Amino acid sequence: MHLRAYRGKVVLLNFWASWCGPCLTEMPRFIAWQNRYRAQGLQILGVSMDDSVTTSLGSMRRLKVNYPILMSDPQLSLLYGGILGLPVSFLIDRRGFLSQRFEGDASSSRMEQQILQLLGQRYEPQGA
Amino acid sequence: MHTLHSRRTFLLQTPVSLGMLALALRNPHLMAESATTIPPSALLEPATIGAQLEKSSQLHWKILQVGFHSMFDQKHIRGAIYAGPASQPDGLALLRRVASAFPQSTPILLYCGCCPWTHCPNIAPAWDQLQSMHFTAVKVLRIENNFGADWVANGYPVA
Repeated sequence: MHLRAYRGKVVLLNFWASWCGPCLTEMPRFIAWQNRYRAQGLQILGVSMDDSVTTSLGSMRRLKVNYPILMSDPQLSLLYGGILGLPVSFLIDRRGFLSQRFEGDASSSRMEQQILQLLGQRYEPQGA
Repeated sequence: MHTLHSRRTFLLQTPVSLGMLALALRNPHLMAESATTIPPSALLEPATIGAQLEKSSQLHWKILQVGFHSMFDQKHIRGAIYAGPASQPDGLALLRRVASAFPQSTPILLYCGCCPWTHCPNIAPAWDQLQSMHFTAVKVLRIENNFGADWVANGYPVA
């Protein structure tokens, strides 16, 4: 999967794991945002840092996750500067540029504000 | 990367607090013993150990990482031994195996740093395990935010 596939959307890329309490606390919020802002172009993507797919699937089913979840690997973590603590989320604008990095117990209202700001920006695809 | 699945479902119309309580009851990680149960006298700050490691390539501590493999594989404290996530039965078993190779008087430094300190699921079970094995010189690295922010970003030695 490439982020290119989501060009034109605002992407919230969330690194999480089943063993991370704060991650599981914030995921219901992401589920709600995915429902609320889907029509405006928000796409949330989860990246699991669990050691096993089975563990991740268990958490996804419990939480009723409504956005795609990918499994991480060391190369992917390095691409994002190393994921050496959770939770970490990256907000990516419609052009595919990194806009914000949220780490630890990030304020949900600040995160939502940033998402709304990016959703409000005009996007003109190249060549249009 | 592998896509697991993409499903569209809707949140149950349940008050958030009740939902989180139910989630916690079903998920042992949210009910994990808190790092705050470790006595303050056993805690060491990253700056203290970081400075010692910068001065000397060898410390008298056995440094055990009791977090997750995905974190250890990326970066860990120089000289640290992977001892498994102590919040999980397999991890606790690995910690027992690793620790049982050392005399009980061995100075051991435990660290995790997977999550903010008060949410870490591993560090308190690891501490309890070594106490139950009668280790007498165990200390714990108090990582406030996470390993990346409190150790790596400060330039302390890693491998």
